[in-house]
Amino acid sequence: MTEASPTQGVARERSSRSVGELISTLEIDTRLLGMIGLLAIIWVGFNFLSEGKFLTTGNLWNLSVQSSSVAIMATGMVLIIVSRNIDLSVGSLLGFVGYTMAMVQAIWIPQSLGLGFDQPYTWLVALAIGLTLGILVGALQGFIVAYGGVPAFIVTLGGFLVWRGVLFLYAKGQTIAPMDKNFALIGGGPVGSLGEWPSWILGIAACAAIAWSVVTSRRKRRAYGFPVRPTWALVTVIGAASLAVLGAVWIANNYFWPAGLAHQYALDHNITEPEGGLQIPVGVAFPVLIMIAVTIVMTVIATRRRFGRYVFAIGGNPDAALLGGINVRMTIVKTYILMGILCAISAAIQTSRLNAGVTSLGVQAELDVISAAVIGGTSFAGGIGTIPGAILGAVVMQSLRSGMQLLNIDSPTQDIVVGVVLVAAVFLDSALRRRSTR
Amino acid sequence: MTATGSAPLVEMRNIKIAFGGVHAVDNVSIDLRPGEVMGLVGGNGAGKSTLMRALSGARPPDSGEIVIDGRPATIGNPRDAKTYGIETIYQTLALADNVDAAANMFLGRELTTRFGSLDESAMESSTRKVMGRLNPNFKNFKSPVRSLSGGQRQSVAIARAVHFNARILIMDEPTAALGPAETEQVRSLIRQLKAEGIGIFLVSHDIHDVFDLSERISVMYHGRVVDTVNKADTDPDAVLGMIILGKKPDEVTQKELAELELRG
Repeated sequence: MTEASPTQGVARERSSRSVGELISTLEIDTRLLGMIGLLAIIWVGFNFLSEGKFLTTGNLWNLSVQSSSVAIMATGMVLIIVSRNIDLSVGSLLGFVGYTMAMVQAIWIPQSLGLGFDQPYTWLVALAIGLTLGILVGALQGFIVAYGGVPAFIVTLGGFLVWRGVLFLYAKGQTIAPMDKNFALIGGGPVGSLGEWPSWILGIAACAAIAWSVVTSRRKRRAYGFPVRPTWALVTVIGAASLAVLGAVWIANNYFWPAGLAHQYALDHNITEPEGGLQIPVGVAFPVLIMIAVTIVMTVIATRRRFGRYVFAIGGNPDAALLGGINVRMTIVKTYILMGILCAISAAIQTSRLNAGVTSLGVQAELDVISAAVIGGTSFAGGIGTIPGAILGAVVMQSLRSGMQLLNIDSPTQDIVVGVVLVAAVFLDSALRRRSTR
Repeated sequence: MTATGSAPLVEMRNIKIAFGGVHAVDNVSIDLRPGEVMGLVGGNGAGKSTLMRALSGARPPDSGEIVIDGRPATIGNPRDAKTYGIETIYQTLALADNVDAAANMFLGRELTTRFGSLDESAMESSTRKVMGRLNPNFKNFKSPVRSLSGGQRQSVAIARAVHFNARILIMDEPTAALGPAETEQVRSLIRQLKAEGIGIFLVSHDIHDVFDLSERISVMYHGRVVDTVNKADTDPDAVLGMIILGKKPDEVTQKELAELELRG
């Protein structure tokens, strides 16, 4: 209350005026733009170092699939960190839920209940049980944090130990395989992808949706007589977004089925193979599709729903939230329930990708998830963070890892690099934030 | 203008609030009539804010009774208070610094579209209207309130309290962060709200503010009400004496009076 009046204009003037003005006219989040720039540098750098092996359709397609699981969980972690809490248990929960879903489809339904393998409902039952488990565990941890007065760090550190322990107790070190045929599609791979035309249709629909949402929000602002950005800025934004979407689809559609699988497909469908084998475009992978859906839903929850507004208000000033009549405790519980659901979704993707339930699933995942959220601009001080930022953070992390793998850099060195990048990213972010609020 | 004789809007009876073993508010009774400004004065730790937090639902009383419009009211949390038309401007302002003015104004009472999503445009529009009336210089509708000046932040807090048709307004040090021009704006706002029949509890350190605006003044000292007086029947010196000594003027000994003279 007694803070000196800020001199925001000074910082703004210092930075290059024309670029700054351009960005503010376009109404683009500068932080997000910075992250996209960082990602571009990483990609081009690795491509250079690997002599062109990084920016191939195959590598980028794999990158998209590998990023999806961490990205999905990171969106939930954003809300938890924004509300000034933490969840250290996501890796253990991922393992616990993933293994349980594997048990359901490979042992309980076919053997214990004697219903046999590959029933049409198996994948749905496994998924439903996984989601229920995620909700229950999330609700329990959230309840203890919000109503029990135990710090989130402690509750979820306990969860980190407990859920992994429970998993080991009933898994007895066994690996469960294979997964149900339908369930295995969730994880992606050539079969678990959209294919060429559906991918294009999806891409075009996405462009239309972007244009529609941008135009309607502008129309609404204009109806109220608020300032709106000029038409050229609107067209630029829609154009750039559409180009990015269609570019991503093009990449996915220029990655083809492995030769062996394509050959088998040709034999099965009596197709005469052309010279050099059949080229079947893979298209957008299902896990990526799930990640996109999660991103949209979580963005709506975070920015367009009361619940999201409350999460941010609690992070900004818990007392103000309480005095504003917000049910702070229930809101906290809900963030953990959401986190549990997202863990279950990621668990389904990873278990399906491995085509097995393993006890080591999700070890250290909590660190990747928290890092992704933090690299994506989520602040531990609370109240600040975005869903798209977390997705980009996950992609940055995965790009670093997969790029270094491509360069045959050993795993300890990878850890060192990721650790340094994490700290540097947060340092840079907080330095910039200090400058802009002073 | 004085509403003496009309039925009380709010009666707080025998309110007790303790923190640990300390009686922050000890058996306090106080009332407020429609269209009246009730000044609540006292030194630091006298219990003014704590008493008001009981009415605003921030800290429900340990015992005692709150009666609104002649009927017993249950105020267990801030939301309850708001359903009774009680709005509060907290000394700390209670703003979420990381969101914009509209988000703060509608905090906990967001406008939604028929699909249940936040109606940002409608909220911004209302905020622009209210701010246009309260503080026409206010322009930063899109910035987080963290980046606003003290006066602008105060306007947001005041806008939030007056926008929702409060019948009972609690203002805890509403001018503490303000410059002279802004203070005058708040004073004229208080007069305007009073004319609309709103009852106002004005908590303040500033005797002059209180004498300027209130009909009646309650003096608190160490968790108790020393006395509640009509402004017409008293003067700033007498009130100041009660604030410092915790006694009514006729109970004060010559010795204490002499000490007071020395201090003053």
